This record gives sequence, C-alpha cells and structure tokens, in this order.
Amino acid sequence: MRSDQKTSPLPLKIAAAGGLLFLHLPILLIFVYAFTTEEKSYQWPPPGLTLQWFPIAWNRPDVWSALGLSVQVAVIATAIALVLGTLCAAAVSQTKFFGREAISLLVILPIALPGIITGIALRSAFSLFDIPFSVWTIVLGHATFCVVVVYNNAVARFRRTSGSLIEASMDLGADGFQTFRHVILPNIGTALLAGGMLAFALSFDEVIVTTFTGGQQSTLPIWMLEELIRPRQRPVTNVVAMAVVLVTFLPILAAYYLTRDGDQIAGAGK
Amino acid sequence: MTAITLSGGKTSILPRRGGFFGLMSDAFWRHPKLLLFVMLTPPLLWLGIIYIGSLIALLLQSFFSIDDFSGLVNYEFTLATYAQLLSPTNFDIIIRTVVMAALVTVAAALIAFPIAYYAARYAQGRWKALFYLGVMLPLWSSYLVKIYAWKLILAKEGILTWIFEKLSLSWLLDGILTLPVIGGNSLSVSYLGTFIVFVYIWLPYMILPTQAALERVPGNLIEASADLGATPRQTFRTVLLPLALPGIVAGSIFTFSLTLGDYIIPQIIGSSRLFIGQAVYAQQGTAGNVPLAAAFSVVPIVIMALYLWIAKKQGAFDAL
Repeated sequence: MRSDQKTSPLPLKIAAAGGLLFLHLPILLIFVYAFTTEEKSYQWPPPGLTLQWFPIAWNRPDVWSALGLSVQVAVIATAIALVLGTLCAAAVSQTKFFGREAISLLVILPIALPGIITGIALRSAFSLFDIPFSVWTIVLGHATFCVVVVYNNAVARFRRTSGSLIEASMDLGADGFQTFRHVILPNIGTALLAGGMLAFALSFDEVIVTTFTGGQQSTLPIWMLEELIRPRQRPVTNVVAMAVVLVTFLPILAAYYLTRDGDQIAGAGK
Repeated sequence: MTAITLSGGKTSILPRRGGFFGLMSDAFWRHPKLLLFVMLTPPLLWLGIIYIGSLIALLLQSFFSIDDFSGLVNYEFTLATYAQLLSPTNFDIIIRTVVMAALVTVAAALIAFPIAYYAARYAQGRWKALFYLGVMLPLWSSYLVKIYAWKLILAKEGILTWIFEKLSLSWLLDGILTLPVIGGNSLSVSYLGTFIVFVYIWLPYMILPTQAALERVPGNLIEASADLGATPRQTFRTVLLPLALPGIVAGSIFTFSLTLGDYIIPQIIGSSRLFIGQAVYAQQGTAGNVPLAAAFSVVPIVIMALYLWIAKKQGAFDAL
C-alpha cells in the first residue's frame, strides 16, 4: 500500500461528497415532511411538527389494500423469477451451446428497453387475446423483468463456484438431484437470496409497467402515483413515502451483506 | 465387483438407479443436452412467448392505421402511421425527448465521474463500503418517493425557494425562471425541473459502470504516465479518461434509454409539453390510437438499437 495513494485532491473530495449529498438529501427531506402540520401545501420550513398523521395513515384501508396487493404480486413474481432466473443462469454458465449470447440478451432485454415499451406491448397482447386484467396480469409483467436480477446474481455466483465440487459429488455417488440439493444449492443460496430480495424490491416499486397491466386495481406505487397527480391528503402521502423508504432500505442492506464478501473478491480479481 | 458390472448393463460400471428421480438423474448424465433442454425451456417459453411475442404484436400494430371517422383500427399494411410521426407536433416531441436524454446523459456523466473516481481510487475499507451503499441505497429507493421528494423541493413554497431567499438570491431564481423554454411559473413546472429530476433519478446508473471501469485501470499506468513527465491534467486526459470511457458509455446507455422511455417524471414535474413516453401513453389510453402509440414506441427502440451498436463498437459492454 503506497502512502501517496491515500491523499486525494481537495476539489475531488468536495465534488464526490457533494454528489453523494445530492443523492441523499432529497430522501432525508421526506422524513421531515412526514411530521409537518401543514396540510394544504408543501411549505418549507414546516410551520410545526406533529405525530398525528401516523395514526391517520395507519387507519387508511386504501393504503393497506394497496400494500397487500403489492406484497402479493412481489412474492409471486419473485418466486417465478427465482425459478426461471436460476435455470437460465445454470444453463448459460455451466454449459456451452449455440445461441448462448442471444439468451443473455433476451434476459436483459426487458430491463434494457424502456419500461413503457414492455408495458404497452403486454397491454396490447392482453387486449388482443381478451385477457382480463387481474393480479396475474400484473405478475406476468413483473416476473418478466425480475428474471434479470436473479439471473445476474446467480450467474456471478456460478462463475465463482468450482466445477470440481460438482464432479466430486458425482464421483462420490450422489445423483443429480442430490448434488443440486447438497452441493449446488448451498453454494448459490446466498446469491439467490440476494437476487430474490432485489427482485422483490424491483417488483414492489414498479409503476410504469403496472399502469399498463393493472386495470382498476392499485398497487402501492399506483396509489402513490395517483396521489402525486391529484393530491388528496398530502400528509398521508408523506407518511406512506417515509414508510416506503424505510421498508425498502432493509432488503437492500440485507442483500449487500449477503453478497459482500464475494463482491470484494470479484472486484479484486478484475 | 462382478455383481455390479453384471447388473449395470453394457455401458456403465455402476448399477442403474431406481425410482423416478434416479432414472431422471441418469438420463441427464447420459444426455447433457436433455438437461440443457429441460433447464432452458421454461425461461425461454416465458420470455419468448410472453415478452418477445408481445413486442412483435406491438410492432405489427404500428403498420396498421386508425380510421379517422370510426376510430377503429384498420388492419391493412400501411406506413401512414409512421408518416404521422413526422408531422410537426409529433416530430417536436421526438426531438424534445432526444435532446433531453442527451443533456441528462452529459450532466449525469459530469456529476458521476468525481464520485466514481474517488470511490475507485481513494476510498478504502469502510469508506469504500460507505460509497457503495451511498450509491446503492438511492438507486434502489422507491422511484416515486424520489420524484415526490423533488416535488417537495421544487415547489414554489418549497425548500429551494426558501434557500435562495435566505441567501438573498431570490432575484437569481426569478431570473432563471423567466428564461424562455427552460423557465416556468415555478421550478416544478419547468423543463429545468424535469431535467434536474431526470439527472437525480438516473445518476446511480451512471456512477456504477464508471466506477467499475475506473477500478480496472491499473495503478502503475498512472504512475508510468507521471514518471514520463505528464502533468496530472495530461495523465487524466490521455490515460485515465480513454480507459474510463467504456464505463461512461455503458452508463450512458442506461441514462439515455431510461430518459427516452420515462413518462412519469415529465408528467409530475414539468411543463405541459409532451415527451415520447407521455405521447405513447396518451395515444394508447385516452386517444385510443394504438397504431400511433406503437409507432411512437418504435422510436426509442430504433434510437437505442443505434446507440447500442455504436456503444458496442466502443467496447462498452465489457464494462457492464
């Protein structure tokens, strides 16, 4: 470790710190607004601080039903994405076959193309085949773009998992399913958990595709979007926004700690 | 030993496994292609039929047209819908969106570079983790909550106006708002506001690939450049920047593509003039003109295809 590597020029420090502040201050502001006594406008500084909006938001049935639908969709979409993403990652990383690159592209496409295209394509397909909007049409859209997060995490882990472990397991007489259960799964488990959590967060937060595939039902982001376009009760929105920030931070932190060690190795290897 | 050989059949030295799973396992081992087929079929069916199928159905609709009198879709091949894209109003929407996407990309690259550079070159241990989480948390925070935060910030009675007032710089803010094109009644209904929010929301997507590219620049190249007498500025321009460029291009794919397709940000923060995403939404929703909406959504696909093709030539995919 060279000592002169650690000193950085002051302007760089300021620019980097400024950039990080720019990323974080707006989110912190949400926390202040959740306590404001002001109801009609976004006045700053808040004229007073109060806790009264928390019980009011807590007792809103529309918030709870939106939250319930969001969780339901995210759980199903994550489960589908876990199966499809792992299968795809295993096939791409463990074997060589014609069209392997094309499959990587196919998996990444739903997230590389703007969400509105995925949304409108699915919607026009639904109307073409007279499929009524339901929870399942939302799940269909969400699972499609959640596959890529699971796939990315699983592929990275498969690359680091030594193939000789699998061969050793086979040599010792385990069949394919036993090898999967006792050797492969423990190795890729944390990567799948991290991928699953990120997929859950992605689905839980999705709004663009959902506006096209959701029909009359509202997930939490759709509820939030309606409040943004036509504000009805701003303080409730403030509280819900703060709750959403807190709840989404947890899976992100957990996913980070699950993949941390491996990522440092991967970074050092580059 | 002999018993095993006998019961194992002609080709194997071990006995065949019993039961369904045993048979499956043996079959997969003997025919790896079968295993590959079983593994690939579900994801390919899902993505191929649901996703690619829908995309193709959408693209086909763009070659139909809508009957002006009945409002029904006329299922005959025509390029008339694409010609409509070139009408002044629609063409304005496309130009406006592309210019916004380009400006957002440039601004995001400028703000992202110092963060990525510091995180890649100087941050170590705890600081490195802090920088990583500092980028990941905003990236994964709720998209709508972030937009909402900016609605609070940019509102006429919001914190930004208050800061300008406290610094006795209200004249500056008013001056910016009276500017043609980018100005407006308040920042939350101006192009400038839309631009700031776009940059904010997509910034993490630019930082991560830039940082990845910078981390791969070997430290001894920088030292060699300094040893050979280059000033820090020269080293930056002739060594560091060319090596970091693929990462920046990779990041720009995200910022450019995401800005092209977004319709929520300009709807909530911005003037009433439309962007491509809003046009698609309005055409398929209230106007009921699915062919035109489909043709509009082909525009970002074509622009992104061109962009990706250029990026591939620059070697940007190695940095993803």
